[in-house]
Amino acid sequence: MKFTNTAIAICSFAILLSLPGCQTNSSKQLLQTSESQVKMRSIQTRAFDTTDKNKTLRTVIATLQDLGFVVDKADETLGSVSATKLDGYQLRMTVTVRPKGRQQLLVRANAQYNLTAVEDPEIYQDFFSALGKSMFLSAHSVE
Amino acid sequence: MITQKTYYAWCAAIIIVALAGCQTIPKDALKLKPESLQKRALQTRVYEGITETEILSASAGVMQDLGFNIDESETKLGVIVGSKERDATEAGQVAAAIVIALLGGGAMAIDKNQKLRLSLVVRPASEDNKQKHYVRVTFQRIVWNTQNQITKIEGLDQPEIYQEFFDRLSKAVFLEGYEI
Repeated sequence: MKFTNTAIAICSFAILLSLPGCQTNSSKQLLQTSESQVKMRSIQTRAFDTTDKNKTLRTVIATLQDLGFVVDKADETLGSVSATKLDGYQLRMTVTVRPKGRQQLLVRANAQYNLTAVEDPEIYQDFFSALGKSMFLSAHSVE
Repeated sequence: MITQKTYYAWCAAIIIVALAGCQTIPKDALKLKPESLQKRALQTRVYEGITETEILSASAGVMQDLGFNIDESETKLGVIVGSKERDATEAGQVAAAIVIALLGGGAMAIDKNQKLRLSLVVRPASEDNKQKHYVRVTFQRIVWNTQNQITKIEGLDQPEIYQEFFDRLSKAVFLEGYEI
């Protein structure tokens, strides 16, 4: 086979442009998610059989510290905790706690690894396993 | 005109460049590791005979003594977060850079500045005793070099820095913090 140099240049350019991650309008990142909202919510949320919001938030903070995070912000009224882990990479997480019905609390976590949102269910499962251990309660999946 | 071999070499190069953009989160990023228990012991002390508000105030004071600016606080959850920016130049790196420059190697980038963060969390240690608390402190930092690239992005684990922090806190509250 013989190819001209120009043909190679054009093909390479075309391939590079079509690669994922080559966005043309970066401000679209504001409202963009690559998985459906419903799917992400079920991956990122668990329910626990307790109504003690303050104690649950404190347990979330302790679990994040055990996982190597440094807490950035916490708000008891809002029920939110944000933390960052630096380990050759930057991993930021926010965990919110709010009531679900009269007997449970809903815990939702979302994470960002460097410049991408974390959408892998196993990562969130690891977090909820660690949290469940600290709380001595099981994490129930939420549809 | 280029040969078949060169064509395949180009294809391989393009694929490698494309894959380099596929950075994914390490699988064990949120797994509890065996050393997390040791880290917890390193980062925590128990203080008894003092209210949560008093120990939080004393901690804020120690942070200020160390030059930290308080960024965030939520007393209802016992959280205080502070940070400070400092010079990160290290003598060893400067010496190496000078040697390389003298050998004609050009200007080597060396660490320039760093942002250090401290997060302090107070938590009740017992349901009945309202005056017994776990105080846990965690440190992390980001270091930039003279070319504004990040060279270190890490948690800080040296036992000495934790010991020094708790020594200062113990002096501030006139109580000994004991290890868990």
